[in-house]
Amino acid sequence: MNEEKEDSTYEVPIGPIHPALKEPFLIKFKLDGEEVVGADPHPGMNHRGIEFMGMHRNPMKVIPLSERICGICSIVHQHMYTTAAEHAVGIEPTNRARYIRAIMCELERIHSHVLWAGVAAHEIGFDTHLHFTWKIREEVMDLLEYITGNRVNYSMWTIGGVRRDITEDMHPKIFETLEYYEDLYEKLEEIFLNDPSIKMRTKDIGILTEEDALSLCGVGPTVRASGVKKDVRIDQPYSAYGDLDMDYVVPSRYGYEDKGDVFSKTLVRLKEVLQSISIIKQCVEKMPEGEITSEDNKAGLLNKLKNMGGEGIGRIEAPRGEAIHYVRLKEGEEDIDVWKVRASTYNNLATYGPMFMGEQIADIPIIAASIDPCIGCMDRAEITDVNTGETRTYSEEELHELSVQKTEELVDGGIE
Amino acid sequence: MKLSKTFDKALWVFHLNSGSCNACDIEIVAAVTPRYDTERFGIKLVGSPRHADVILFTGPVTKKMKDRVIRVYEQTPDPKVVLVTGNCGNTTGVYYDSYAIEGPIDEILPDDAHIIHVNGCPVRPENVINGVKEAWLHLEKLRGDNE
Repeated sequence: MNEEKEDSTYEVPIGPIHPALKEPFLIKFKLDGEEVVGADPHPGMNHRGIEFMGMHRNPMKVIPLSERICGICSIVHQHMYTTAAEHAVGIEPTNRARYIRAIMCELERIHSHVLWAGVAAHEIGFDTHLHFTWKIREEVMDLLEYITGNRVNYSMWTIGGVRRDITEDMHPKIFETLEYYEDLYEKLEEIFLNDPSIKMRTKDIGILTEEDALSLCGVGPTVRASGVKKDVRIDQPYSAYGDLDMDYVVPSRYGYEDKGDVFSKTLVRLKEVLQSISIIKQCVEKMPEGEITSEDNKAGLLNKLKNMGGEGIGRIEAPRGEAIHYVRLKEGEEDIDVWKVRASTYNNLATYGPMFMGEQIADIPIIAASIDPCIGCMDRAEITDVNTGETRTYSEEELHELSVQKTEELVDGGIE
Repeated sequence: MKLSKTFDKALWVFHLNSGSCNACDIEIVAAVTPRYDTERFGIKLVGSPRHADVILFTGPVTKKMKDRVIRVYEQTPDPKVVLVTGNCGNTTGVYYDSYAIEGPIDEILPDDAHIIHVNGCPVRPENVINGVKEAWLHLEKLRGDNE
């Protein structure tokens, strides 16, 4: 073994308390000077034992628990859980509920992607853009509050349909909000895709090749940016997506290269905002009349869930990529027998390896943010304790400082 | 409440996620961004507990985060107020029967900690701002300003 080489590398742990990510998570980086030669994620700080709790509650009580897996993707977890439970006992949601579900999912995608754009801008030192994107995000939050009654954690889903209707008198407000985003879209694109200093920080950084994306089973915008055509909404349509006109969002569709760098990931997410707007419009137009839930009698539904065994899967395209819930119910037992959650960040975390390789310390924050990690969703498995050993530490603040400095240096050095 | 006394020092807040679902966390960030804009009062999120007057806790405190929560609490200089946001931090909420939860935070921090509870699942940004105001008044009381 080459001992000299061993000595030249050192380890930098980042997290679990991180002012930028807002989530407890630890990644250990192996560095050679300024260059990253290894990345080792250590999850488990956010492990709350949600599946365990779910297996000690009845299927209806798990619905509010499922949305508290993650506050940013609360709709998708509710959606997957109810779909899995419906699948297990053979209940079909009504057609109107399918459309309402699709509308809610897309509204959440808009809020999630706009939020991500702000976080990404913050990571490279553009706090003005963070404030700008969070300001425009409030519009969709207002709409979500208008429809469901709460800003986050909507409690909209139930087994067999939804709990609140989207009536015709709500349409003007929906269209007004969509129009607001369409008007602003050009400005967003100008900022994130055409601004020279942002381009310098995002182009050719954190590259994930198509081959790596496929072999590491990445999902969602992270791999679509590498040109992998993978989207559950199109591959295996659920809710109302089968009836709608939509296509895979990959950079090559818009005349860009399918490179898989941070720039491509930004592009894919921004274009998906446009796609979501078009989907919501189609849904509102095509929404059929009828009941919003097929199971009005809650006591009867609970009895049905108790007396019918079965297993079911809910698989949907979350803002971060494909995610799956598995539910097994045992005949004659009130509590859920098995509940398994696999969130999109779990797959995408593996892509950190090739993305960090050979990059600089100052690029770590933006690359880490580029997969839109959602630790709340992912921390389901208990991982053995971290051996801290002897390590040299950078504080998160210093790291953020380094990232901001790099932007400043690039801008001062003249824009290409 | 005399305004001049209250505004003599800007309040700096350190946000600590001890295993929450992100919902409170995004609402806290929403509170500092333009719609609610607490920065106009000097209320600011800082990156280190050593700079903070208030610790903003979210989450029910998972097993792995327990020691780190105590460490952050100890690193924050006195006088300090702990603002517990969200039902899971206050009472463990929907996570009450989990094996992985050490909370609520009252049981983890020392008995003499000054804790202010902000309820909601998740908290609304208005409620976060109200909580920070309460913390402000509490800090004044600790300094003996309002007596």
